[in-house]
Amino acid sequence: MHVPDGFLDAPTSLATAAVAAGAVGLALNRARRELDDRTAPLAGLVAVFVFAAQMLNFPVGAGTSGHLLGGALAAVLVGPWTATLCLTVVLAVQSLLFADGGITALGTNVVLMAVVGVWTGWLVFVGLRRLVRPTGVGVVPALAGVAAVVSVPVAALTFTALYAVGGHAPIPLAELTAAMLGWHTLIGLGEGAITCLAVGSIIATRPDLVHGARDLAARHELEIRTGAPA
Amino acid sequence: MSTPAPRARVSTARLVVAGLVVCALLAGVVSAWASGHPDGLEHVAETLGFLDSATEHGTAGSPFADYGTSGVESPRLSGGLAGLVGVVVVAVIAFGLMHLLRRRGSDD
Repeated sequence: MHVPDGFLDAPTSLATAAVAAGAVGLALNRARRELDDRTAPLAGLVAVFVFAAQMLNFPVGAGTSGHLLGGALAAVLVGPWTATLCLTVVLAVQSLLFADGGITALGTNVVLMAVVGVWTGWLVFVGLRRLVRPTGVGVVPALAGVAAVVSVPVAALTFTALYAVGGHAPIPLAELTAAMLGWHTLIGLGEGAITCLAVGSIIATRPDLVHGARDLAARHELEIRTGAPA
Repeated sequence: MSTPAPRARVSTARLVVAGLVVCALLAGVVSAWASGHPDGLEHVAETLGFLDSATEHGTAGSPFADYGTSGVESPRLSGGLAGLVGVVVVAVIAFGLMHLLRRRGSDD
């Protein structure tokens, strides 16, 4: 979903850059609450994993592919503020070193993936947790997967809205909306599967490190101790 | 933690090192088998006819532009090297940033 230079006009790109700068500034402040000596290394790893996984385009049919955006994955593993920073680092490196995603479009891409992707994923995940009320960590990967599925079409719709405001070429909005939504719902299914697997593998090894499951992991440990013979 | 966990668990350092090895393999090796088709946005832009409005990228001259390594003939090696460079660059920035931002004192 990396927007190149030229798709959106200068005012729109400037506006998204301002929103992105504000969001990243806020995240630099708030992420401190999510990061400690234990979780900081996991946050580094999450950024690297998102970069690596974004190189792995999977086919979604008819000559089209998709790749992980990683917003929901990062938010569940390390918390939404830290996730915003992880995605921003990845997007900046991709744009500056690999010419993937425009430089004037960097703000747009941060808004789409590091803000909308991350926060949609996180809010859906939190909502599902309240609904399901899990007592253990086992269901967390599935909830993260569902949140990830939702996050991709929402990010695609955000691009459509930005394009409606500041797209350079005139395109019928209904057609653009349908095409973006259709393809990105398919890509979202891949996003959900990868997120479920990745979150599942960390839950299986160190659930206590997972931001979206830490409270459940602690509860689980207590259960084991009370049940064990003295 | 005051009492030991019920069973020995993987240390954070070990988890992170194993994770980084997986990432290096994904970006350096597995990426060669990634789909080369345009992604969702690119495909939509092509179909609806606004792909041409994209302008030349400001860093199109980067030695690693488009996930290739300039001067390396073999596409597999060229892409794999670019992937590994990306893993190292993202790792240095991300681990550095998170280390600087972390609250101190809560040890494992």
